[in-house]
Amino acid sequence: MSASKGLPVAAARGAEQVAGHSWAPLVILVLLLLALAPAFLVEGYRLFQLTLAVIYALAILGLNIVTGYNGQISLGHGAFYAVGAYTAAILMAHFEVPYWATLPVAALVCAALGYGIGFPALRLGSLYLALTTFSLAVAVPQILKYKAFEDWTGGVQGLFIFKPDPPFGLPLSNDQWMYIFTVLVAATLFILSWNLLRSRIGRALLAIRDQPVAAEAMGMNLAQLKTRTFAVSAMITGIAGALSAIAVEFVSPDSFSVILSITLFVGMVVGGVASILGTVFGGLFVVFVPNLAEDISKAAPGVIYGIILIAFLFLLPTGFAGFLRRLVVPLLRRRRSAQAMSSNGR
Amino acid sequence: MLNRRSFLAASAATLAAPRILHAADTPGVTATEIKIGNIMPYSGPASAYGAIGKLQQVFFRVVNEQGGIAGRKINYITYDDGYSPPKTVEQARRLIEQDRVAYLFNTLGTPTNSAILRYVNQRKVPHVFLATGADKWGDYKEHPWTIGWQPSYRTEAQIYTKYMLEQKPDAKLALLYQNDDFGKDYVLGVRDILGDRFDQMVKTASYEVTDATIDSQVVSLQTTGADVLLVGATPKFAAQTIRKVYDIGWRPMFFMTNVSISVGAVMQPAGPEKGVGVITSAYQKDATDPTWKDDPGMTEWRNFMNKHMPDADQTVGEYVYGYGVSKTLMQVLRQCGNDFSRENFMKQVTNLRNVEIPTLLPGIRVNTSPTNYHPIRQMQLQRWTGSTWERFGNVIEGAQI
Amino acid sequence: MDGLAHQLIAGIATGGIYASVALALVVIYQATHHINFAQGAMATFSTYIAYMLIQAEVPYWAAFFATVALSFIIGVLIERILLRPMHNAPVLTHVGIFIGLLLAISDLCGWLFDYTVKSFPTPFDAGGPMLGGLISGHELGSTAVTLSMLILIYLFFRHTSLGLATRAAAYNPVSSRLVGIRVGWMLAVGWGLAAAIGAVAGMMIAPVVFLEPNMMLGILLYAFAGALLGGIDNPGGAVLGGFAVGIIENLGGAYLVGTELKLTLALIIIIGVLLIRPNGLFGRVLVSRV
Repeated sequence: MSASKGLPVAAARGAEQVAGHSWAPLVILVLLLLALAPAFLVEGYRLFQLTLAVIYALAILGLNIVTGYNGQISLGHGAFYAVGAYTAAILMAHFEVPYWATLPVAALVCAALGYGIGFPALRLGSLYLALTTFSLAVAVPQILKYKAFEDWTGGVQGLFIFKPDPPFGLPLSNDQWMYIFTVLVAATLFILSWNLLRSRIGRALLAIRDQPVAAEAMGMNLAQLKTRTFAVSAMITGIAGALSAIAVEFVSPDSFSVILSITLFVGMVVGGVASILGTVFGGLFVVFVPNLAEDISKAAPGVIYGIILIAFLFLLPTGFAGFLRRLVVPLLRRRRSAQAMSSNGR
Repeated sequence: MLNRRSFLAASAATLAAPRILHAADTPGVTATEIKIGNIMPYSGPASAYGAIGKLQQVFFRVVNEQGGIAGRKINYITYDDGYSPPKTVEQARRLIEQDRVAYLFNTLGTPTNSAILRYVNQRKVPHVFLATGADKWGDYKEHPWTIGWQPSYRTEAQIYTKYMLEQKPDAKLALLYQNDDFGKDYVLGVRDILGDRFDQMVKTASYEVTDATIDSQVVSLQTTGADVLLVGATPKFAAQTIRKVYDIGWRPMFFMTNVSISVGAVMQPAGPEKGVGVITSAYQKDATDPTWKDDPGMTEWRNFMNKHMPDADQTVGEYVYGYGVSKTLMQVLRQCGNDFSRENFMKQVTNLRNVEIPTLLPGIRVNTSPTNYHPIRQMQLQRWTGSTWERFGNVIEGAQI
Repeated sequence: MDGLAHQLIAGIATGGIYASVALALVVIYQATHHINFAQGAMATFSTYIAYMLIQAEVPYWAAFFATVALSFIIGVLIERILLRPMHNAPVLTHVGIFIGLLLAISDLCGWLFDYTVKSFPTPFDAGGPMLGGLISGHELGSTAVTLSMLILIYLFFRHTSLGLATRAAAYNPVSSRLVGIRVGWMLAVGWGLAAAIGAVAGMMIAPVVFLEPNMMLGILLYAFAGALLGGIDNPGGAVLGGFAVGIIENLGGAYLVGTELKLTLALIIIIGVLLIRPNGLFGRVLVSRV
């Protein structure tokens, strides 16, 4: 258990080693170009699926920050996703706010909400926090349907909005622009998160997760760190939600049932707890595996999906990222020891 | 900037103008095949409705075995959306852009269909016989490529309210509804008829599908002193309601949504003697009702089930529904002749005159026109006798009693 | 006040449902330190087994005990086959597996037994309400069953060496192995026990809510809430918590916020209580020393 907990730090250090040779910006650029490529290679429906996968990956990143890295179990992140989505939809449908301007607002609203939930969360042990967040996820559809808010939320009928046209008259389809925009926003947040998590703060989060008493004894302000983590996590998932509202062009309470929170959680576990690369895999998993399950069995796709999930976790308990680590870290270790040997040998 | 007005105008113009057909104009249709797309919840909490899709897969396979239509086989492609609107959008795009189906048929659910409404109308894909009773599918001006099938819940509620006012002008109404678009349509229908009198005459209580029981709501409603009860609930909760109302000794004039009146799925579990006097306004025959034992229409259905779906539970109302709507589609396809282009298909969809469907109640026919997008508007009141549904009164058109 | 009495009784009746499932959750927690999200689905599956037996003309009580025994075995098998190889995996992975189980078993029930609502018989006097129409014979009977189960669990955990071994294995597996307890089998016993309780809960609940694959969906949330309200490591607390949740939900919906916010209100109240007493009303505060 401790080995897997130490690994993200080791891998991060390994990556830093690589970064020490200023490869990191180049790697990031290459990855970004790879991520943008589908916009020109793939069309319509597939591009829409990939857009959704990126959005889910971003939402899962938010969840991973608070649960994977910081150990505060949230089974209700769908609530932040929903709030972000509805914020964007209400602004666009009722106030004609341009789509890109809805993202910062959604971010602020969800950050505030996350911060607000972070406080009571401090008092609750992990199990109780799990239940509390789960209740939030269950209550959100009911609140969205509530009569008093109907004029804003559209009640059970939901709200319709429009996907944006590409800016500056670029020769792209709406789908292509939506994908590119989503990737750019997600990439920015991924990079910022990566920076945050491999900094002192990231190590502090991990420390709080694994040894909270020791962390506090070393002078970390647990309350402050934990609530801010919740806020950041909620903000990121909220932005993902806003993007999803724009991509689907429709929000309704049924789009944000408790199944959504379960889906995000599954994505996090499958991708690998406390891993940024893992979240991308998680996003792809939750979009594409249900379709795969349906191909296998039209009659009972849910059963197949459950079986695939169980089998996956059985074979790779630390998720996809854990699997990658097992491959990559020995390579990095060999590299470092080779360097150490070469420097010793001088 | 693509806005509502421009695409409305475009679709209206397309429907009006005559067209010369090229192969490219008939996506999903070849000399040997017609591709029809469908989206249903096959997983998750709403998967009960997936039975409709399962029946349709068998139905069209049988049609193909018997020669297909106009020399073509029907390729019925159905996908699961788990009743989640974003997934519905994904599957609709897959059907239309990747599988290139000719039409969308009997897609299920209100929020799910709402999510794809604009997309299919923009692309001018026939989006026909939606599996939901929401009223808004009849709006042919806003979305001319979309059309419902079953009578609207709102109209149904209007019928009950009018009948109530006829029998008890000073009634006090208690309204129990599922807290979603389905249940809320009943509230709207009652409000349509009562107008300003709604607040003084009606007390409402709702429930969520995640609630365990509705006992508390029923008890609350009884204490309001209401003498009429209208229930917009899905089968499980309908059965619970019928039983609870009886058990607490309440005997109101009791209206039940026609979604939840199956003898095998609701009345029997509730206790047949407990539902005596419940009134509903039906349009379909019930497979488990002894009245239709020798009825030719239901015999046809029963033969189909026995021969092609022998393991299926015939008390499942979805199988009767699925059969009826599939027969309606076949009528449209027959009327298409040899031209299965989307325009002609839609033209025939809006050109159904007094079509008789074996699973519909006697006297109820399917009628559409370019200005009437409510294919089934007729219903008939019936009352539960303890062993069967006894029809009374005349077939009612719309909300005219 | 007649309405209030009705609502209170209805709340207690619903609460009884939550209490029995909460009991199963607490038992599994005490025995394995895991929360099994698939508990509801497993209970539904067990109830379907009972239904099949009864349809095959097996007398009620024979079917009842056969189902309980079968469920025990299924619980043990799940632990041995699925969870034992995973016991070094992170906690979150376990939750992921439970979620997978939940999804698979729910849809499996639907596929095998279809979605029509089925009426499930009750061994108690279901005809005619008692206590002036307030409560039915079944509701009294099932509450009695829940309480008896509770007493049996209490006796088992407190006064039998097997019960003690089970609790020890969950609480401190390393030390337990040192004193010779076969930790693996104790965990399996815990799972079997919880599955059996779940089966009983399912068979008591089905006559009230009707048997269908998603029968336990909503109940599970309230049962969790009840278990946590009462204290996750306290069976008696969980049962009380379950009843409390039922009453709060009913009275709140009837008199405070109306039915459209009933769920939200119940959850807010529970969270409020947890903030004041983070270990539940009757939970024990665990102090970990560094």
